[in-house]
Amino acid sequence: MALSREEVEHIARLARLGITEADKDKFCDQLSNILEQFQTLEEVDTNNVLPTAQVTDRQNSMREDNILPSLPQDAVLSNAPWREQEYFRVRAVLEE
Amino acid sequence: MVVSQTTKNIDYETVIGLEVHVQLSTKSKMYCSCSAAYSSAPPNTHVCPVCLGLPGSLPVINKQAVEYTMMMGLALNCNIAEHSHFDRKSYPYPDLMKGFQISQYDAPLAYGGWIDIETEQVVNRIRITRVHLEEDVSKLLHQTNSLGEIYSLVDVNRSGVPLMEVVSEPDIRSPEEARHYLMTLHSIVRYLGISTGNMEEGSFRCDANISIRERGTTRSNNKVEVKNMNSFKAVYQALSFEAQRQRELVQKGEHISMETRGWVDNKEITVSQRSKEYAHDYRYFPEPDLPPLVIERNWVTEIQKNMPELAQQKRDRFVEQYGLSLYDASLLTESRALADYFETCLKSPALQNLPKQKAAKELSNWLLGEFNRLLNLSNIDITRTKITPQMMGELIVFANDNIINISSGKVVLEVMFQTGKIAKDIIAEMNLARIGDTSAIDEIVKQAIQANPDAVADYKRGKEQALKFLVGQVMRISKGRADAKITAEIIKQNLIEGE
Repeated sequence: MALSREEVEHIARLARLGITEADKDKFCDQLSNILEQFQTLEEVDTNNVLPTAQVTDRQNSMREDNILPSLPQDAVLSNAPWREQEYFRVRAVLEE
Repeated sequence: MVVSQTTKNIDYETVIGLEVHVQLSTKSKMYCSCSAAYSSAPPNTHVCPVCLGLPGSLPVINKQAVEYTMMMGLALNCNIAEHSHFDRKSYPYPDLMKGFQISQYDAPLAYGGWIDIETEQVVNRIRITRVHLEEDVSKLLHQTNSLGEIYSLVDVNRSGVPLMEVVSEPDIRSPEEARHYLMTLHSIVRYLGISTGNMEEGSFRCDANISIRERGTTRSNNKVEVKNMNSFKAVYQALSFEAQRQRELVQKGEHISMETRGWVDNKEITVSQRSKEYAHDYRYFPEPDLPPLVIERNWVTEIQKNMPELAQQKRDRFVEQYGLSLYDASLLTESRALADYFETCLKSPALQNLPKQKAAKELSNWLLGEFNRLLNLSNIDITRTKITPQMMGELIVFANDNIINISSGKVVLEVMFQTGKIAKDIIAEMNLARIGDTSAIDEIVKQAIQANPDAVADYKRGKEQALKFLVGQVMRISKGRADAKITAEIIKQNLIEGE
């Protein structure tokens, strides 16, 4: 199951990654290989198995509605690539 | 070019579905223990590694938010899911630091419900598709600095606040019905006590899908999504505008584009926000960090048992139990706070000596009339009034026992409202007790007659209006304290004797 270049470009855009033309060919091959690996799963009959996204077997893990201290403001902003006063600064997000 | 004949005189109906987002009044956020009180805090102070999506952080579901959503589901006659889970929705904007929103996709907590909406005496059943839980996003502040740079600032405090989404089927047929539907949902969340419902602050917000179609058919034109409606009035205006805009396009033979439009409040129009360049690719998949929910029926029963009475039930009970009119009962139950105040007043010791239905009627008149006027005028919330239920009860007893007349009662209520003094003291201090003593009234009547010979002459010529005028004069002299009935009698006696 080979991926097309267009699909790779689409995935790169969704992931906000800028990739070169050479990268596109490389990722085409690599991603196609990964998909092929998953094809192996098709061999298993899952007709009577419910879909799951969990491997822990846990359910109903919930917490009571209590407040715990948050991080100090400086710690929150310490990884900000771009900071202005007590905010994260980002490129304009167009609303209209 | 041939103008299509089918565009003429076609009767179109409007088809509306609403998505309502409600911030839940939990103390902590949806998936972490940061405080959910975002608006009062300095920016980026209610933030933790979960809010920021830092590696190694693990979200955990807020049980209270799940229960609130189940309550909403039950109030909307929904099924409560036996199996539910959360899903990850890819979302590439900086108002969610994680790069995704934890929402619910194919297994919402509640689904398949309905509510009945009464608009102009016609009841329409609006089906509820689903009620699910997700998280709110960060607040973006759009900036232009002195260099002309345009950018946004991010405050993450609001990110992760529990957000409940209620999705209706496209069963709504008019902007007015949409407004009623929203007001009903609003009343329900307020009665359940699960949200502040504050629309200006964004705690209760609404998006609409609206299209038009030839009446009697099922094939609609393209639908348009309308956003930015921040009040009940805006919802009504935006949808009215949009329904009209779409009709005009179709009548001109033009195409309705499928798009998102925003309501611009000060211009009273909708404008195109984003043409769908490429469809959103949300790539939903089950959230691996949150184990699924298996909702036992006894949990649902427990919640059902603790559900408070809702507005419609309360209204019907008020009619039944207190003999109020349906109209008065509807007004009294519009907010739970007012309904509760009404019932607490009714239980106050002061009102125990009046027959129950009499007390209820009098109280209802005072609350819906003068008291409501004072609340609106001062913009004070009823829960903060200085008038305790017992004080209100005492005032009503004074008025009912004719210690004061109605106009003095209004004065007493206003002073009580401003100062928190009790009625007995206000009546004494302001000398407001009704004058019912005939000789005292007779004295004032004689003054009024002497000062107004023209009115006396008019009355003698058979003008009934003149009597009213003279009663008014007596009221003026007595500062509203004279008993109106006795006054009228004494004026008549005086005029007859004077002949």
